[in-house]
Amino acid sequence: MDSIDVLYPSPVCSYLEQELDKRFNVLKLWTAPNKTQFIKDNSTSIRAIVGHGGVGADAELIESLPKLEIISSFSVGMDKVDLKKCKEKGVRVTNTPDVLTDDVADIAIGLALAVMRRLCESDRYVRSGMWKKGDYKLTTKFTGKTVEKPELKYKYYPTVVELASKCDVLVVACALTEETHHVINREVIDALGPKGVLINIGRGHHVDEPELVSALLEGRLGGAGLDVYQNEPEVPEQLFGLENVVLLPHAGSGTTETRCAMADLDIANLEAHFLNKPLLTPVV
Amino acid sequence: MNQSSIMACSKHHLPELLVIHNPYSVFTRFESDFSIKFHILKAWESPLPLDQFLTTHARSVRSMFSYFNFTQVNADLLRLLPALELVVTPTVGVNHIDLTECRRRGISVANAGAAYSEDVADCAVGLFIDVHRRLSAADRYIRQRLWGIGTPDDRRNYPLTGRKLGGKRVGIVGLGSIGYEVAKRLEAFGCSISYNSRREKPCVSYPFYSDVCELAANNDSLIICCALTDQTHHLINKQVLSALGREGVIVNVGRGAVIDEKELVRCLVHGEIRGAGLDVFEDEPHVPKVLFGLDNVVLSPHIAAFTPESFQTVSDVMVANLEAFFSDQPLLTSFIDD
Repeated sequence: MDSIDVLYPSPVCSYLEQELDKRFNVLKLWTAPNKTQFIKDNSTSIRAIVGHGGVGADAELIESLPKLEIISSFSVGMDKVDLKKCKEKGVRVTNTPDVLTDDVADIAIGLALAVMRRLCESDRYVRSGMWKKGDYKLTTKFTGKTVEKPELKYKYYPTVVELASKCDVLVVACALTEETHHVINREVIDALGPKGVLINIGRGHHVDEPELVSALLEGRLGGAGLDVYQNEPEVPEQLFGLENVVLLPHAGSGTTETRCAMADLDIANLEAHFLNKPLLTPVV
Repeated sequence: MNQSSIMACSKHHLPELLVIHNPYSVFTRFESDFSIKFHILKAWESPLPLDQFLTTHARSVRSMFSYFNFTQVNADLLRLLPALELVVTPTVGVNHIDLTECRRRGISVANAGAAYSEDVADCAVGLFIDVHRRLSAADRYIRQRLWGIGTPDDRRNYPLTGRKLGGKRVGIVGLGSIGYEVAKRLEAFGCSISYNSRREKPCVSYPFYSDVCELAANNDSLIICCALTDQTHHLINKQVLSALGREGVIVNVGRGAVIDEKELVRCLVHGEIRGAGLDVFEDEPHVPKVLFGLDNVVLSPHIAAFTPESFQTVSDVMVANLEAFFSDQPLLTSFIDD
């Protein structure tokens, strides 16, 4: 299979790169002095793309690669791949569901605990030498708080606003689609309220980010734990001075074990495709 | 009789409660919770030195409120309180109370019972997740404006990778009320639990290790939830940390001195264990400065127990113990050192 050209746009995982190198001819886009030219030069030989949550394939790219057969994303989110275009062109698409579920869920809980019990802020307090000057203040109890997320055995609410009004912690975990773009808007934030905490482990565009920032600065929202942002790696700097906010650099699936499992799944999907076997985790 | 006249004439008939250190900054409802039921002897308000205050005013006092470990209930203090029969403390730990001396004098001790258990367990889990997933380090990374530095193609990449929680083997040191709450929570993350305690618990299905070194050798993490006693002082020593190993994580929500702090710091600096989450230290509020520059440690200023909810619960528990004592009923949370 090492004659198969696979486009690898950005170096998201060294283990993935290593495994791709063993099996395919990997075209490392970021090493090219002129990326547009690089794609043009290889456009008739690229048969696969291995993207990730932040770098996918838009309609233009897909159109420009006549031999493209499969896109395997190093992510579960597919918002950066034009799935409609893929369907139209008969391009298969796979992602990495399930293997990262536990890690991302753990991050959601970790963020909620860190916000409510001020773990990061109090760590800063100790490191700055402030503890010698005085005790840290009380923080909010976590156990017993209402965390609502539409799930099988939990209570279902038909609208996000109603959900937000009935809970203390709101966790955003859905896929990003046209329908869920800015699903967390001013109305939802106001419903969550000055004691409410928003946790975003979905996509930055789920949240109206400027609205979120002003709500936090004005105290209209109690706190936020964010792993994703509208324009990564840019994070609104007005949040840096807030103690009721915890900021992570899109680290939801960032453990050694899970990144390896995601890479293995991408490789397995690619191998299955090129050996004419059923794909393991097809999206299209 | 109306409420205020009851208050006026019954103040002197209210049972006396000695309070040496001012509790009002933490127990903001001390007045409404305690003062209507007990006649508070406020030692901190007196111009007299403490021993004089006590010999003058506290000779017949039967109960006292120990304000955390600010009030060291030692032999010297107890000598000045000949009528004392009960000490209530808003702590779970009683290492600031001379239990031997109390036992000798027939003085009961009532602690916070399970009032803090949920909050301490939540914090322990928070620290556990933070160390494994590098939450505080990552938050720091962003606030220091380090995310995005680098070539445009790897701008999103973040160098500190975490470790998965699911499947980790967690050893609880001290399976009391707090330890048990921690165990239940971590089971939900897919961790498997075993423990070391003074003795095996018959109603618990987790595997028991009688030796803490063996517990460390058979686990990926240790969570310290035990009391500080002569037996547990420096229980977590060089041998135990070595048995835990290079990938090991330790979380301490018990007392600092349960761990040999110098040895722990050495292991963290040299990468001989993977990381630590510490809410308590040997000499609070002093924390070894060398830890401030490390990303593999999360530091917390002894806040695990402290939420407004838990303080109110503790307040209620202490009032209930005092009322039980003064009506010759059994204490609710009598500390029995077994």
